[in-house]
Amino acid sequence: MYEFIAFYVFAISTTVLFGITALSKNVLYAMTALAAGMVMISGLFFLLGADFLGVVQLIVYVGAVMALYAFAMMFFDATKDVKEKHGNPTLVFLLGGLMALVFVVMFSAPIIGENIQALYPVGLSENLGMSGNAQDVGLVLFTKYLIPFEVAALMLLVAMIAGIILAGKKMDYSLTECEAADDELKDEELKVELEKGEA
Amino acid sequence: MFEIGVSHYLILSGILFSIGFVGVLRRKNLLMLFFATEIMLNAVNVAFAAIGNYYGDLSGQMFAFFIIAVAASEVAVGLGLLIILYKKYGSLDLDVISSMKG
Repeated sequence: MYEFIAFYVFAISTTVLFGITALSKNVLYAMTALAAGMVMISGLFFLLGADFLGVVQLIVYVGAVMALYAFAMMFFDATKDVKEKHGNPTLVFLLGGLMALVFVVMFSAPIIGENIQALYPVGLSENLGMSGNAQDVGLVLFTKYLIPFEVAALMLLVAMIAGIILAGKKMDYSLTECEAADDELKDEELKVELEKGEA
Repeated sequence: MFEIGVSHYLILSGILFSIGFVGVLRRKNLLMLFFATEIMLNAVNVAFAAIGNYYGDLSGQMFAFFIIAVAASEVAVGLGLLIILYKKYGSLDLDVISSMKG
């Protein structure tokens, strides 16, 4: 009963909030709705017994990714409404509906399959005298999924360096017009020198 | 009536994914396009966690975990590119920054 109520509260609020994100004209409203929707998604993870995943969702998505978006919005004009030219809205919504149908069929195909067994069953850590989702996740992550874990760490490092190089370099003037800016600077210096010579 | 099965979660995931898909199709602003891709990634995460819970398997959670890592690095690189594009064109509208006429 409680699961029923909780599921519908989380499901309806995520759908409405993500709908606002996908359809709103204001960047600030869209971002706020997206952050709130992520919080509700983490509620769904807690309902599914994936406690660790829910906490990671809260920390990484609502904490880090949303802070990055908020930081990036300082560079763009967020107060203006976004003007977009829409070609064919009926076609878009028709394709979206078809996509939903295809996805439900695709995801429910493994449910019909009978001979699927759990490779890493929930409750692995009980053999070692521990219990809890975080312990289970740790056991599987640091044994079977160790190499993907390390590769993900390397990928995050690469992404960090890419972010620094792309966004942080020469922040005070335009990246693409830096050569032109240099030329202008040289011209001005030449003029100053010429004027000095004339004087 | 009050039982919540795996199909409920999968239908929710499909609905959320199609919301993100509609967003990707109709958005012309690049930042909004990024928001729509985040919605799609989250929808798939819900589906992974639900199926993992249905089979009592931890692999679903593992995959969702790696998807979160990929999404985080995608945002870091993508926002850097967006800042450069905004400096170059003064706008994030796809109609303005598209250089290939087709």
